[in-house]
Amino acid sequence: MIKAVLVINTQGKPRLTKFYGFLTVEKQQELIRSVFGVLCSRAEKVSNFMEVDSIFGPDSRLVYKHYATLYFIFVFDSSENELAMLDLIQVFVETLDKCFRNVCELDIVFNYNKLHSILDEIISGGQVLETSSTEIMRAVEEISKSESASNSISIVPKTVSGWRSR
Amino acid sequence: MASPSLMETLFQRGLDDIIKGVRHQQSSTESIFISRVIEEIRREIKSTDLQTKSTALQKLTYLNSIHFIDMSWASFHAIECISSPAFSHKKIGYLAISQSFSESTPVILLISNQLRKDLKSGNEFEVSLALDCLSRIGTVDLCRDLASEVFILMSSSKVFIRKKAIGVVLRLFEKYPDAVRVCFKKLVESLEGSDSPIVSAVVGVFCELSAKDPRSYLPLAPEFYRILVDSKNNWVLIKVLKIFVKLAPLEPRLAKRLVEPICDHMRKTGAKSLVFECIRTVVTSFTEYESAMKLAAAKIREFLMEDDPNLKYLGLHAISIMAPKHLWAVLENKDVVIQSLSDEDPNIKLESLRLVMAMASESNLMETCRVLVNYALKSDPDFCNEILGSILSTCCQNVYEVIIDFDWYVSLLGEMSRIPNCKKGEEIENQLIDIGMRVKDVRPELVRIARDLLIDPALLGNPFLHRLLSAAAWVCGEYVEFSRNPVELMEALLQPRTSLLPSSIRTVYMQSAFKILIFCMHSYFLQKEDMTSEVSDLASKRECSESSDLATGKALVQSDQDEGFNPRESNQSFEYPSVVDTGDGQSSTPTFMEKKSLMHESIVNLLNLMELVLSPLSGSLDVEIQERACNVLGFIELVQQEFSNPLIQKEANLDREEVIASRVVEWVHDGFTEELGPVSVTAQDRVPIPDELVLKENLTDLEAICGGVELPAPGSFSLTSPYYGESAVFSVSNLQAEEDSEPSTESTSLLTEHRKRHELYYLPSEKNKIPANDYPPANDPSSSINTNDATEDLVKLADQSLVSKRKPNHAKPRPVVVKLEEGEAAPVVSKKPELKDDLLSGAIHDILLGNEAKAASSQSNPFDKSSSKRKGKAKHVDLLDSKENLAVGEQPNHENPSSRRSKHRGDGKQKSKKSKGKKNGDGREDDGEKESQKIRDHHGRHKSRQRADAPINVVPQTPDIPDYLL
Repeated sequence: MIKAVLVINTQGKPRLTKFYGFLTVEKQQELIRSVFGVLCSRAEKVSNFMEVDSIFGPDSRLVYKHYATLYFIFVFDSSENELAMLDLIQVFVETLDKCFRNVCELDIVFNYNKLHSILDEIISGGQVLETSSTEIMRAVEEISKSESASNSISIVPKTVSGWRSR
Repeated sequence: MASPSLMETLFQRGLDDIIKGVRHQQSSTESIFISRVIEEIRREIKSTDLQTKSTALQKLTYLNSIHFIDMSWASFHAIECISSPAFSHKKIGYLAISQSFSESTPVILLISNQLRKDLKSGNEFEVSLALDCLSRIGTVDLCRDLASEVFILMSSSKVFIRKKAIGVVLRLFEKYPDAVRVCFKKLVESLEGSDSPIVSAVVGVFCELSAKDPRSYLPLAPEFYRILVDSKNNWVLIKVLKIFVKLAPLEPRLAKRLVEPICDHMRKTGAKSLVFECIRTVVTSFTEYESAMKLAAAKIREFLMEDDPNLKYLGLHAISIMAPKHLWAVLENKDVVIQSLSDEDPNIKLESLRLVMAMASESNLMETCRVLVNYALKSDPDFCNEILGSILSTCCQNVYEVIIDFDWYVSLLGEMSRIPNCKKGEEIENQLIDIGMRVKDVRPELVRIARDLLIDPALLGNPFLHRLLSAAAWVCGEYVEFSRNPVELMEALLQPRTSLLPSSIRTVYMQSAFKILIFCMHSYFLQKEDMTSEVSDLASKRECSESSDLATGKALVQSDQDEGFNPRESNQSFEYPSVVDTGDGQSSTPTFMEKKSLMHESIVNLLNLMELVLSPLSGSLDVEIQERACNVLGFIELVQQEFSNPLIQKEANLDREEVIASRVVEWVHDGFTEELGPVSVTAQDRVPIPDELVLKENLTDLEAICGGVELPAPGSFSLTSPYYGESAVFSVSNLQAEEDSEPSTESTSLLTEHRKRHELYYLPSEKNKIPANDYPPANDPSSSINTNDATEDLVKLADQSLVSKRKPNHAKPRPVVVKLEEGEAAPVVSKKPELKDDLLSGAIHDILLGNEAKAASSQSNPFDKSSSKRKGKAKHVDLLDSKENLAVGEQPNHENPSSRRSKHRGDGKQKSKKSKGKKNGDGREDDGEKESQKIRDHHGRHKSRQRADAPINVVPQTPDIPDYLL
């Protein structure tokens, strides 16, 4: 079971946070801070694991990958394989790359909505449901299509109704 | 609604605007900007226009997840958004809900209908949104209401939806175990499907389920086995391996079947993740299979040789799993392990440290520790403490099992304390005291080390080591008889810098100083007493040669001392250069005169020093310090008169005051010399209950009897003992009152007063033994004098069993007992989740019992090769499990129907139907999926009916596990 997916930039600013169990915002903030505290102290080219039992409770593991200015972090328990999780980060990033063509931090900052679409296709309720980035892309594109379809319909009524309701 | 202007509504800021806005802010103005945006959102979200509302909600969701802004107040608006017909609004709404709703969100029940509607939607993405949401926030009520919808979706024609529906199942089962009855069959069927994402999802679900309650899923082992052999998907294989790790300990026969395919994967696959999972499976579950272990070790070796730090780390991790049972694996890779100790990667360093400690044994421990301590000196603070921590924990395992030379170990502890980065004060504290109590022979060395620690000026300044110093102080006070120079100890304990210590530790220092004082005075008195008795015996010699008396006295001291007083040590302690026997009395006369006065002087000095240091503390704000200071000062007051005038002391020797002083010293000393031994946690249990003592009988009878007794003579029984106690106390409390009245403030005398009454009440019979000035601090050894004979015996018993001469490592009973109790404590913790799982596992059991035959039938293919063998085996199983349940009986049914049929009463018809169905099932590959589906459906229904027919046969909980794999 995956407990959380986090994307944090190298200054400690969260870019994407997803917790698969309910946590208050204060708790979320605290967790991210402590994770980042450990992460930024780690050298380059060391292993991608972190012992996080003290942060996330017993039976927690964390793997991360560092791409340019971003840390991609997965927190999970003993039902997942560490190397497989690293592969999953790879899948996630590859998909982002396909989606945004050479993904960079700005894409992630400004495409909040799409990011969640992608992640939700990979992981649902803490379980990995899809690992093929082509499949993920296909679904995400469909979703974007139906989103914009529903938006384009509503654009006219929106302005009109907005006008008239005043 | 009037306030927002038209323009504002028309040109509502979108999410992008907000993101840009935040980015343009300085970090100081950011929060102001955000709070302004929140205000804006609060206004916009009330809009009746769903577009405006959903945009506002989206902005809020963003701020919630990135800037940690509370959004619980918007939960109702989120529900409004998901009811919008537009997909984009729905999506925003669902994201907001899954991000912010918890079980306690009041409006959560309102989404039930909308969820149902969306689950039934024709748009697969709307369905997917609803399923996602349910898997995140599903409550008991939601899961109950929507279980049937999810069930329908599990047989959807679209893989996309089926996959997501399976993703929800886990939440469904967890919250609403009854859903198992509806969905489980479908779930098991999905295992056989050919769609890889579906199988992957289902295996994932089973992996989670079996982690909580593996036993329930044993009957599905054949299914998983088939997947293990057939699947090409690494994700699926990893999950299946995870499931088997859980199942293997429950069913020993599984291992034999599994080892081969797992080794196969290990050899063939190129995926490191799968290789590692195979290794982990083998080293955790199949440790008896030598060849598999060898293969795993070879693979681990490959990992270790890789440059990738991840693989290296995991390789070391895998070895550390092997280490307890297969030390050879560690030894084989010794070079890499040692080398990794200086790796730059903290994870790798830690793992290799663990392995180095795993390699430590009686023979190489000293060398290992030496190397590690040297290494700790050079490494960074964190890792240094990791090293120290692992040395400490390894050495104290099983009551210091690995340690042969305790003198060495104690000095190692001292050395470790001096490492500048050491933060392990608490652990070292515990071990110093523990060793002191358990190992008699090491005490002289221990006191030496403790002295070194106490006089080391560097340690007092390090707050992490204060605990350690408290142990050193305690050791010095408790085992002062082994000290070479008590005066030096005293000075160390009373040095001005002790003001750096926290008060709790200062009190230990003070108490230890007091003990040392008592010790010095006692030995002084003892000496003099012997001397004077000698004097009275040899009255003629009295005038002529005082020195010879002294010499004799000294000799007598040496011979007469009790075992607590080591003559050799006492010799050293007062710096007498040589043992003097009676014959040599004359020759040593001059030295003795000197020594004696020095001795006397040193006692006076001690008293003065203590008075000097402690008198300011009698006004301390800390109660404990104040109390101890006052007690000691009172004591000093009491005995000082006698020592104040050394010149007349010779004649005034037998003065009354002197007698009082020496008596008091005697009492206190008796209190302090009582040995404090380790007592087993279960010591109380080992006290045999006397035959005549009935503990479990109801006491009402007794009350009736006692009531009758008490009426005629109310005071006879209950009142005498306090009386006795009081009278015994009287003399002591006299002394106490005398001394209290002088130095103490009113508050302390009140305290003492209270304590007096307190002690009188609780410990009347011992009161005469308790010295006036003393009351036991938290870890004071004198508390042991309160034990009555029975417990004293127990202490001795524990002593004997634990401190057997030289090596307490062979003293077994206590550690074993302690472990047992820890073991007892653990399940208590884990009990809580079990309660819930019971429901789930119960439900799964019910389903599986109805399901088993089907599961078995579908798994027949991979086993056809061994069918002849199976026949024989099946019979064997049959004989063994004579009471096997219904499903068990049916499993190999089609192979030898005749042998079984008789077993099932009234099932004959169904049986034959089944075997027919079975045959069709076997041929289904030819007939196509559809037909077999039908048959299986039929099968399932049929099964449940059957279950109702013959419930007596079914053992609902923990049925014997049939040998599916044979």
